[in-house]
Amino acid sequence: MYLASTVRPTPTVRTGTKVAGTVLALGTVSLITDVSAEMVTAVLPLYFVVGLGLSPLQLGFLDGLYTGASALSRLAGGHLADRWRRRKAVATGGYATSAVTKVLLLLAGSSVPALGAVLVADRVGKGLRTAPRDALIAANSTPATMGRSFGVHRAMDTAGALLGPLLAFALLWFTTGAYDAVFVTSACIALAGVMVLVLFVREQRAPAIATQRVPLLRDRRFRRVCVRSTALGLVTIGDAFVFLLLQQRFGFDIALFPLLPLVSALSFLLLAVPLGRLADRLGRWQIFIGGYLILAAVYTLLLTTVASPVVLIGCLILHGAFYAATDGVLAAAVAEVVPESARATGLAIVATGQSLGRFAATIAFGAMWTWWGPNRALTVMLGLLAVAVVAMSLTRQRLPQDAS
Amino acid sequence: MSSRKRFGTLAAVGVLLATVAVAYTVQAANRAAPADVTAIDLAQPGQILFRDTASGRAAAVAIGDPGGPRSVSAWACDRVYAAAATAVCLQPTAGLTPAFAAVVLDRYLAEVSRARHPGIPNRARVGSGGSHVAFTAFVTGHSYAKEGFSTRTSIVDIANNRTYGDIETLQIYHEGRKISTLDVNLWGVTFAADGKRFYASMSTGGKTYLVEADIATWEARTLRENAECPSLSPDGHHIVFKKRVSDDGARPWQLYVLDLRSRAEWALPSTLNVDDQAAWLDEKTVMYSLLREDGGTDIWASAVTGQSPPKLLIANASSPSVL
Repeated sequence: MYLASTVRPTPTVRTGTKVAGTVLALGTVSLITDVSAEMVTAVLPLYFVVGLGLSPLQLGFLDGLYTGASALSRLAGGHLADRWRRRKAVATGGYATSAVTKVLLLLAGSSVPALGAVLVADRVGKGLRTAPRDALIAANSTPATMGRSFGVHRAMDTAGALLGPLLAFALLWFTTGAYDAVFVTSACIALAGVMVLVLFVREQRAPAIATQRVPLLRDRRFRRVCVRSTALGLVTIGDAFVFLLLQQRFGFDIALFPLLPLVSALSFLLLAVPLGRLADRLGRWQIFIGGYLILAAVYTLLLTTVASPVVLIGCLILHGAFYAATDGVLAAAVAEVVPESARATGLAIVATGQSLGRFAATIAFGAMWTWWGPNRALTVMLGLLAVAVVAMSLTRQRLPQDAS
Repeated sequence: MSSRKRFGTLAAVGVLLATVAVAYTVQAANRAAPADVTAIDLAQPGQILFRDTASGRAAAVAIGDPGGPRSVSAWACDRVYAAAATAVCLQPTAGLTPAFAAVVLDRYLAEVSRARHPGIPNRARVGSGGSHVAFTAFVTGHSYAKEGFSTRTSIVDIANNRTYGDIETLQIYHEGRKISTLDVNLWGVTFAADGKRFYASMSTGGKTYLVEADIATWEARTLRENAECPSLSPDGHHIVFKKRVSDDGARPWQLYVLDLRSRAEWALPSTLNVDDQAAWLDEKTVMYSLLREDGGTDIWASAVTGQSPPKLLIANASSPSVL
């Protein structure tokens, strides 16, 4: 017996096409939390080098550990949220953990192991909350508004990520380099986010289903989503590489380099809602696969030798569009094939598969870059991406279609 | 809970959190602004210029009484260095991305010039004649680096008002052959007394080298392997540098001395944790910043010969240079 064929998702009593208040509340929580998180991320290298006199390379060795901690805690968060039927509680635990780590950063002093442990704890908090939060967004959306809800959430999330560094550098300037003020302010902002979550996010308990123990991975439709999103993760080069390739191609002033992710994020922010709505109308998989076609266009532009500013800006806008077409849309597509009782688990498994795929791709691409140089490495990735997209387009009719 | 109650609770908690954040930030800003700013004369010998870590400002103490009263200037600097009555202060600047201002100061710490540079400031030097200033910053995305960071070193020719934004344009020779500069990083400049040459560390192909460069011909050659952040002695005969002695990521370096005439080298005792470009206090002593467990930084001094252990010179201080 397959889970999805025995269990009908219980649609929340919500009709119409407006985005639910709880989704807006969750978007607000993410916006506030991302202001807090990106404040710290933006000043951390400065804090290590100028504040503590450490070499920034000394924390690089933890990269693999961070990825592993994120993956495991994400799976744990999804599993516990479904098992206890308490998505809000698990998400709150995750947000609260990250809020506390902002203060712990100060207490860690200059000890590299202690700093590493605090950063891992922050990743664990982030991992724990992601899947239950997405499950709550899905539970407060109808099949007709799923894509839009996730689009609204991702747009608010990205807005927070853009505001955080601005606030952090303004504080550093105002206090002439008081990193502790940045961390304390970040902790206060994170706690405000937790308060919004506790007060304004309402949870209707997910239905407990007798067949819940049926392994999700034995459901064919779900398995297909997993395999496809992981496979596409394996042909996605990391963001850092995209920006480095642009810098190499255009050779612009190094001072402008940190602005590249901002342009890309702005494009993501502006396109998340329109593409989410489009996904509701045309089908989530169509838009998701379309997102990877956009990524193929980014790779192609990166391979051209035309050094025009139009190409540079176009690349960044398309890179943001790729995220807008795939990030929230994938969550909406997963929510569509997984019943509410197992949704947090399903979301966690798909996101973990995708991020492990991307991690492997980043390592492989870095190695290919070292051996063959960037152009050949990129050509190989473009070829693999094209094969994957074509293969998935050809079998599209067997993919889960929208319920609407 | 009613909707009104929820908004009320959020407003109350929000006000409380905002108060905490604002109060803490204002306190931190005041902490950085000492009430009494004292005049410092860089031409007055017998002083050490350094960064007072409590205020984040450039300060000076008498060499004879390094633990004594400090003259704290108004200049907030992440790194500071002075020689020949000229100082360079690398100042944090506000912006969307990490950047700093390299401010050149005269003997009374009045601003001579200022230029904005990208990155996180890391090393600063002034040539012994006061004609050149050099500084290094960590930048992101400069080249494909595994760790995502690389260095960018600039030299300012004060007399001719010329800035070499990135000294990686140097033509570098290794064992007599030109090397490709694609995978080259240079950092940690130290100037020779003649005002025409400088030494620096270079990394390429996963190895580090000590290089000697000629400013006029803009050429450099490697002198030896495994040497970072060199510091040339006042008489020009010795270089103190960081040597990688262990694979332990937390404490990979030790300070070494190289005799440029005999090419002999020896380790400075008990300097395993040092990650700084040392500065010479006199012909026999170097000083450097050392991180404490609690995150604070002190300046220590080591004799370049003999086996005597390092001595604490100035507490809660970094970026030393002798005037």
